[in-house]
Amino acid sequence: MRQMLYRLVMLLMAALLVVSCGGQQTGGTEPGAAPAPTTPAEAPAPTTDTAAEPTTDTAAEPTTDTAAEPTAEGGLAATSGPAEEGQTEGQTGAISLENPPPVPNAEAARQYSGATIIYYGDSVGLGAEIDQILAQRFTEDTGINVNVIAKPQDATENYAVYQRFFQAQSQDVDVMMLDVIWPAAFAPHLADLSQALATEAQGHYESIIENNTVNGQLVAMPWFADFGMLYYRTDLLEKYGFSAPPTTWDELEQMAQTIQDGEQASNPNFAGFVWQGAAYEGLTCNALEWLASAGGNIIENGQVTVNSPEAVEMLTRAQGWIGTISPQGVTSYREEDARNIFQGGNAAFMRNWPYVYAAASQEDSPIAGNFDVAPLPMAGEEGQHVGTVGGWQLGVSRYSQNQEAAIEFVRYMTSPEVQTYRAVVGSYIPTIPSVAEDPQVLQAMPFLENLADVVRVTRPSNALGENYNQGSTIFFQGVSRILQGQSPEEVLPQVEQQLQRFVQS
Amino acid sequence: MRQETAQRDPAPRAATGARGPITLAARQTRLAWVLLAPTLAVVALVALYPLVQTFYLSLTNARLASAAPVEFVGLENYRFLIQDFAFRDAVTITVLFTLITVAFEFLLGLLFALVINSSFRGRGPMRAAMLIPWAIPTVISAQMWKWMYNDVYGVVNDLLVNRLGLIGRPIAFVAADTTTALLSIAAVDIWKTTPFVALLLLAGLQVIPGDVYEAADVDGANRLQQFFSITLPLLRPAILVTLIFRTLDALRVFDVFFVMFGARPDMQPLAVYAQQYLVNFSDLGYGSAICVAIFALIAVFVAIYVRVFRVEE
Repeated sequence: MRQMLYRLVMLLMAALLVVSCGGQQTGGTEPGAAPAPTTPAEAPAPTTDTAAEPTTDTAAEPTTDTAAEPTAEGGLAATSGPAEEGQTEGQTGAISLENPPPVPNAEAARQYSGATIIYYGDSVGLGAEIDQILAQRFTEDTGINVNVIAKPQDATENYAVYQRFFQAQSQDVDVMMLDVIWPAAFAPHLADLSQALATEAQGHYESIIENNTVNGQLVAMPWFADFGMLYYRTDLLEKYGFSAPPTTWDELEQMAQTIQDGEQASNPNFAGFVWQGAAYEGLTCNALEWLASAGGNIIENGQVTVNSPEAVEMLTRAQGWIGTISPQGVTSYREEDARNIFQGGNAAFMRNWPYVYAAASQEDSPIAGNFDVAPLPMAGEEGQHVGTVGGWQLGVSRYSQNQEAAIEFVRYMTSPEVQTYRAVVGSYIPTIPSVAEDPQVLQAMPFLENLADVVRVTRPSNALGENYNQGSTIFFQGVSRILQGQSPEEVLPQVEQQLQRFVQS
Repeated sequence: MRQETAQRDPAPRAATGARGPITLAARQTRLAWVLLAPTLAVVALVALYPLVQTFYLSLTNARLASAAPVEFVGLENYRFLIQDFAFRDAVTITVLFTLITVAFEFLLGLLFALVINSSFRGRGPMRAAMLIPWAIPTVISAQMWKWMYNDVYGVVNDLLVNRLGLIGRPIAFVAADTTTALLSIAAVDIWKTTPFVALLLLAGLQVIPGDVYEAADVDGANRLQQFFSITLPLLRPAILVTLIFRTLDALRVFDVFFVMFGARPDMQPLAVYAQQYLVNFSDLGYGSAICVAIFALIAVFVAIYVRVFRVEE
């Protein structure tokens, strides 16, 4: 009797062990730390955006989160404003939300009719809606079925989900949205588009195409662009007698100090200049702009150039802003913190992404009509006006079973017609210069005109490859130490040394 | 030890083991092991297997979703760990945070427990209300405090500067230097966890019989002497449990730092540092080495506690 009990229990234990060990993959690299490969059905459990406004589309997303922002803070601005503006202003007739452009090469694309592709697209609000409308039009014109699945909102979670897909060589995703800093990290898993989309690629901004070209292969097509710009209060500039926005950092400092001194008499919380100084990807964007405005860079042509006189000069300058024209708290600000301060009327200047333009133009914004944008200042007469490139691309998975059909879809989505449509309807900045000069687009986004000559500077994602996150963290943590008070001469050599380990020769 | 079985088996047989007849005690011990076996198997699967895998991964250069093959690199990761100044910063901030928060939480928690233990009107609702900070999810309360600490629109600065006039200019608690920032976040954690400590200590207090105090009164001991001679010694098991709980939690702190400071280089405790390597950098090898270091640090603290608080069973 007891013997049977023992034997039964031993059998049970053995069974348990067999089940657990038998389920293990043969790839010895299976990371115990990472969750099991997911199916797409599992993956897009959208992190509920706790912001009041649900239209957090990726035009608004600052493409910065390597340090995952809590979604509570990631309540990004609604760009539903310009959609309405676009629709009322898009009286040129053709362009409205319900009226997407036709597929240019529908005849050729119809050879893949019947295939089904899965598109990992925008999660919320207007962006998601536009995706659905475009996918529907594409299916109507070509017969290729497009299954639109919402990607995770948070960029870091998104990155992690892609990692799992590629680790599992999943066939469950064909086309996906890629942040501008991801092509180099995911290049081994993305299909080469340089043959199929060669002509189209020539129409886009060269710097972005270069950014998306890894080892000679074009792994992602530019879809929409963001870049850093200077927001300023037109009414305050007028009040204090300045006729134009600043073109150099010296001018900015002078104007900000004057306006701040004047305004603080009535508003003790007023700040001259707000930007993103928290230790996260956004600081990499801000600091890169400072360096590039003086002719410097982080990594250039495969060389680590971060420890340069220009970098020392600009970082010392930025260090000096804290406590003078920028509040002490600026080293904890991200995009939304800066926007809240500027939009609430408590700052004269702000560096931020284009999404703020729409948000601050809404009727209920305290500064509506009293602000404008200008290129970020240069360091001096030898400097240049720059803006760090943000924005998203579209890529095709190498493990896709329907690569040709997927490429046709990418061709459609990144075409000039669709980019014009998305620019007017959703305020997505186009990546094609000819579209950026289109009158309808300029009507929806008037600032594009005076920002046409801004040099779009890209972060060193190609040079760092799959180590981009680590390289960027090394850089922004170094900048953070400098902003906290350490001397650039001490910190920059350390940053240089650490980055050297990763730069591929 | 051999004992004669006191009872007879219902069906007496001469059961024998390797050393002669099996005693009842031995049979019961074996039965206990057999019944525990499934639980031990589950624990081995859920706790032991990941631990062993972490050790294994820390000896390799594994990366997540990488085309490169995994190589065994021996102690390379640990060699780097020792000279990694960021790791040293992480250890420093973690240990400092632990010391400050555990000390204050323990003292305040003990005070609360003593107060709640005495009977007064509204004690019931007081006990319930006291637990609210502990009940709110950490991520939410951390974000709430971050907004409260803001130097432009935060409540704390508004109180200090505008209403009470205690300081001249607002302090950016979250953006300030390391010391101020550490004290600010310690305050948040103390606010959140003191009720939990109070609850654990209260449980211990309620077990102490009242007549011991009566006897002490008769003997003429005052309250303070009673506290140190009666309450504290009898509370020892509860104190040990509480301190171990809180110390381990503080050493592994993640959410409150992650929300308030993110990747700020001088305010990354060990768990945030490990997460950065494992998830953001996809570096499983080095990230696992950091995890092993956390494991070792915690083991050291537990060993210290058990030694210091040797509790007689």
